[in-house]
Amino acid sequence: MQRRQWIRAALAGGLAPGLLAGCASAPEKKSLATVVVVGGGFGGATAAKYLKRYSRGSVRVLLVEPAADFISCPMSNLVLAGMRKMADITRPYATLAQKHGVEIVRDRVTRLDPQARKLTLASGTSLDYDKLVLSPGIDLMSDRIEGLATAQEAGLALHAWKAGPQTTALRTQLEAMPDGGVYALTIPEAPYRCPPGPYERASLVAAYFKKAKPRSKVLVLDANADITSKGALFRRVWQELYPGLLEYRPQHRLAGVDGKAGMLRFEVQEDLRADVLNVLPPMRAGEIAVQSGLANANERWCHVHFLNFESTAVRHVHILGDAVQAAPGMPKSGHMANAQAKVAAAQIVAELMGLDLNPDPLLMNACLSFVDETRAMHVASVHRYNVPTRTYMPVEGAGGLSAAPSEQEGRNAVAWARNIWADMLA
Amino acid sequence: MKRLASSRTPVLAPLALLALLATPGAGAAPPPLVTAAQLRVEALAATCAQCHGTDGRAEAGQPVPSLAGQPHDDLVLKLQAFRAGQKPSTVMGQLVKGLSDEQIVAVARYFSGLTP
Repeated sequence: MQRRQWIRAALAGGLAPGLLAGCASAPEKKSLATVVVVGGGFGGATAAKYLKRYSRGSVRVLLVEPAADFISCPMSNLVLAGMRKMADITRPYATLAQKHGVEIVRDRVTRLDPQARKLTLASGTSLDYDKLVLSPGIDLMSDRIEGLATAQEAGLALHAWKAGPQTTALRTQLEAMPDGGVYALTIPEAPYRCPPGPYERASLVAAYFKKAKPRSKVLVLDANADITSKGALFRRVWQELYPGLLEYRPQHRLAGVDGKAGMLRFEVQEDLRADVLNVLPPMRAGEIAVQSGLANANERWCHVHFLNFESTAVRHVHILGDAVQAAPGMPKSGHMANAQAKVAAAQIVAELMGLDLNPDPLLMNACLSFVDETRAMHVASVHRYNVPTRTYMPVEGAGGLSAAPSEQEGRNAVAWARNIWADMLA
Repeated sequence: MKRLASSRTPVLAPLALLALLATPGAGAAPPPLVTAAQLRVEALAATCAQCHGTDGRAEAGQPVPSLAGQPHDDLVLKLQAFRAGQKPSTVMGQLVKGLSDEQIVAVARYFSGLTP
């Protein structure tokens, strides 16, 4: 389908209000440039909105995203624990069109040709771009663990590390598990998406068990030598709140899974059996980045020029979020992806308009983790671009941890989620 | 396939040129859509948005204050007090330690210039 035809189809198909509202970018009017954003997560959705804002509507922005709604990974552990519903963590993409004039293309990229600056979509359509923003998220490397792919296809050994159907399915499994059962969560070697996320999940599942099936057990099997984020805080919380209910075992590198038998096999440690298996596989940059040769850091993550997040592999492709080979101390978090997106959007607009790039961009990060239904704790950091090393360095003396989890931070975590979702989408 | 926005970088040059030529009082030349300085301060202020909302307009009913339209001096004093640890906070004091005096003034000026 030709692009013009596609736009007609899109107009006929209900996108018209959005396109008309953002009339500065309506296809009839000539735009300064076309930026295509791939992936509607914390990085991509934020980039799409802020490209429109920073360019004062003069840049045409298309967001390629197969889903109609954004489902948030942050807060999804509360859904697993039965403390929130899926609807609470779901927001529509339509507002990006209606309020900001972003053209939403409900499709998936199958091929990227950076020389021709062209994308091919699953529907067969192709899109040309002046600049591409790739926010592809993560690819779960299930094939690295024997038996895992088969187990996952059978609905066993779910990851639920991309919020959506697996979140609901894992919740169902936890509810169906008899009192006295064992829930096993395996954690891959860092880096992975959301460093404190697995420990928050363990805490919240323990909170659910404590209330609903107190003879049950949460078994955390970590490939890392120790808890990778907020270690002392989580350890203290587990001792205080979940003694005998939650057990943490480091240095458990998963080697194989037998979904039907509920067995986990480790590289060094003894095999284990559990009633509900929750396996977080090793991760790498989203598939399109890997297959396009952009994952030039060990074929897992994407090196970028940190000043504007442009790929070091090809020009005019800017990469955001978890897929990026991180700078020192830079977490793979939704907050960070959102922060990167704004830096990249401002630099892309500056470049398109022939303006000087910002020489010292700044990124902030705050990750809040719930430890039970009402209390949360944070880790925060500030990252300043360092000209000589051309990377971001954590600002010394800035950032830090909560002294202890609190209800105030629980309320802050809810506020954070609502505000960042609005910042991306509304 | 026809490129709808076939404006790869060169097409933008005339606009950038216009921006350069636009001098106060020139009258005829339209103002630039956005300047490098504006982009810089907006990107800096956007580091607040994850918790305080886009342009510092927080979602209603939440414990985090809106920043848009707050008086300039109030914002500067509060941010400085957070940074010095004189005003208690959970995360604010830790994050604002990453801002310089100039950056504090720049974000205060930006948010105070917005309508609440």
